[in-house]
Amino acid sequence: MDPVIRVENITYTYPDSERPALDGATLDVAPGSFVAVLGSNGSGKSTLAKHLNAILLPDGGRVLVKGMNTTHEEHLLAIRRCVGMVFQNPDNQIVANVVEDDVAFAPENLGVDPAEIRRRVDGALKQVGMYDFRLHAPHLLSGGQKQRVAIAGVLAMEPEVLVLDEPTAMLDPAGRREVISAVEALCRERGITVILITHHMDEAVRADRVVVMDRGRIVMDGAPADIFPQADRLRALGLAVPAATDLILRLNAAGMDLPVEALTPEACAAAIGEALA
Amino acid sequence: MLKDITLGQYFPGDTPVHRLDPRTKLLLTVVYIVALFMVNTWGGYALCIAALGAVMAVSHIRPRALLKGLRPLVFIIVFTAVLNLFFTAGDDVLFRWRFIKITYTGLERAVSMVLRVMLLVSGTFLLTYTTSPLAITDGLERLLSPLKKLRVPVYELSLMMCIALRFIPLLIEETDRIMSAQKARGADLETGTLPERAKALLPLLIPLFVSSFRRADELALAMECRCYNGGEGRTRMKQLRMAGRDAVAFALGGLLVAGILLLRRLGI
Amino acid sequence: MKNIELRGLTHVYSRGTPFEKTAVDDLDLTIEAGRTVGLIGHTGSGKSTLISHLNALLKPTEGTVLLDGEDIFASKASIRSARFRVGVVFQYPEYQLFEETVFADIAYGPKNQKLDQAEVDRRVREAAAFVGLDEQYFDRSPLELSGGQKRRTAIAGVLAMEPEVLVLDEPTAGLDPAGREDLLDKLFSWKRARNATVILVTHDMSIAGRCDRLVVMEAGHIVLDGTPAEVFARSDRLLSTGLDLPPSAHIARLLREKGVPVPADVYTEDRLYEAVLTLWKRRKGGGAAC
Repeated sequence: MDPVIRVENITYTYPDSERPALDGATLDVAPGSFVAVLGSNGSGKSTLAKHLNAILLPDGGRVLVKGMNTTHEEHLLAIRRCVGMVFQNPDNQIVANVVEDDVAFAPENLGVDPAEIRRRVDGALKQVGMYDFRLHAPHLLSGGQKQRVAIAGVLAMEPEVLVLDEPTAMLDPAGRREVISAVEALCRERGITVILITHHMDEAVRADRVVVMDRGRIVMDGAPADIFPQADRLRALGLAVPAATDLILRLNAAGMDLPVEALTPEACAAAIGEALA
Repeated sequence: MLKDITLGQYFPGDTPVHRLDPRTKLLLTVVYIVALFMVNTWGGYALCIAALGAVMAVSHIRPRALLKGLRPLVFIIVFTAVLNLFFTAGDDVLFRWRFIKITYTGLERAVSMVLRVMLLVSGTFLLTYTTSPLAITDGLERLLSPLKKLRVPVYELSLMMCIALRFIPLLIEETDRIMSAQKARGADLETGTLPERAKALLPLLIPLFVSSFRRADELALAMECRCYNGGEGRTRMKQLRMAGRDAVAFALGGLLVAGILLLRRLGI
Repeated sequence: MKNIELRGLTHVYSRGTPFEKTAVDDLDLTIEAGRTVGLIGHTGSGKSTLISHLNALLKPTEGTVLLDGEDIFASKASIRSARFRVGVVFQYPEYQLFEETVFADIAYGPKNQKLDQAEVDRRVREAAAFVGLDEQYFDRSPLELSGGQKRRTAIAGVLAMEPEVLVLDEPTAGLDPAGREDLLDKLFSWKRARNATVILVTHDMSIAGRCDRLVVMEAGHIVLDGTPAEVFARSDRLLSTGLDLPPSAHIARLLREKGVPVPADVYTEDRLYEAVLTLWKRRKGGGAAC
């Protein structure tokens, strides 16, 4: 299948900076996949994300969204509609004082027919489990709920790709669980392509594919089970290793023979349980 | 704490007054204000008070809520009263002591001015008590939409108002937070001379500005990501539709005006 | 030695309005000097309200706050002194930076303490060194710094007041894993050097695991209180508050559910590693004997 997003060797330097934020990044994203992007602060993750829906345009190389070049102005709305973007702070993404009015913002901008907007708003709110809160004021919701409203606001455009830039950084554990489960369900059940930028390894292990960035380039790219066992390399890049993987690597070094692809606590416990049975 | 201030005047409810189209309520408020200025008889005031009372009864707004709203205006009301009471010329002197003179005309003027101010303010309060700020914005936008032809950016203005309303609670929270953080570093915001206090506000104002700009930046980015393109070609999910009760409200408004005109003619 | 004592602390917001909310409810807590206490709980459990009482930013609706046995609300002077003796670093402290230079911003607290210039100077340099902020940044505007450097500047601004008690609300929120570890290491080395009391408010369980004592809050009450091992051993209660377990404690709990006899108080990776390895060796040894 053709990639839904194709990033070809892009470079980008912010106007007030000397060092390039992106320095030859290349990436193909298959439709319906769940890609986690990791990297220390300043590695270029957010800059890459902003190139995926033409918020930033590359200095060199090109970005194609369903074959549309992001530098071509006539494709701008089609690209924005196709690639939805969710940011870290939900408070700064919500426009209206009533949940459902906020979710309606994007389709209203797109000139969608009122009855169709209503259908999309209700559908989007149901997909993130916020339908019962449709008449609430956003500032009275919890962080996780606000972030789910922000996701619904993007879903109402019916995008094919959802790019989330550290959506859980400001949330507590319960809020993080809510948001990540909602995002995972969108990918698995609705076939929406998800690109998740995160610092939390326990979120990244749920992806199909992990992309690691460093200094504006993509330095590692593969299935979580191939990436996370490379503990030393990840640490050298300022990243952490999932606790399960770290434990298994240490136990294997001491002579046990556990599967390194057990990345989650559940898989790890199952593997150890089996070895000790 | 700033958080303790209850914001906005809106009392949510589900009464016939709450359910009226915001355009109806806006227009009727204008009609009411105009009518109030046509009143020149005691009967007219009585009619206005009765109308106000009726709306309050239907919308379950308690007189206490209204009085609470009037409290900040006590100074203006007293000032109006005093001005009219003491400085109205006339021969029908009721009371005289040294240079102070109260005339019957003055008393009448004072009472009627106070009534007028209170009725005026109460009427607009009833609008904001029974209509959410968002609905008011929405109603205004649609009432003013003919101005779009004159290139007045009506949609942008209403969006600005909507965003301002949305961000007020956030900014209050943020102010609280920064105030706490600076106080934790020993900032003294409460004592000192006026210039000292003004200077002591800098540690509060600068971070507040910086963070407001950051928020504005992020919001603009998020709006762009959601295909915001200005008011052109935009549709609305919620269509305002006038219903039977709006017709009834307009009819009652018409009756009020007619009544006032009648009482004016009769001089009651 | 008792350092902080809360007796019957209650705080009610918006009293007498429909928005009335009891954030902290008749809470007793004693914190000994020199300890590192983790205050954990779900958002809205009352942690933030509680810490705002420790330096007299909030006045209790009921109850008292004692610092070394003395009521901090006794007088204006005692309130002021509590502000400096208990340093509080709020969440995302970088949003409080306002001075033209990094140096001036760190010096803001000490200057409010009315210290002389030489002392202010010494404290700024020392605090900056503790958080790993190079002196080359002193003349820059704090707004030009990277996110991590801003955070360090803001924390140094509180450290420079040389508080006896340091309270930090989610100090590592939003940092990347390497930045998180580095900042925590620096804070712990500051604590050791000054022998201060540290209260860490967090829902990051890997930070909680580094404390001497954990106090778990829920709905304005303390529901668990003990060493990390004791608190994590009661994983059912902890999970019911909406919090997570540290990853190693989570794996240990799953193993116990499978019948693998891992002790209930295992919560660090080292202990879990040893426990599993011991079990494996024993099994291997037993297997060989057959």
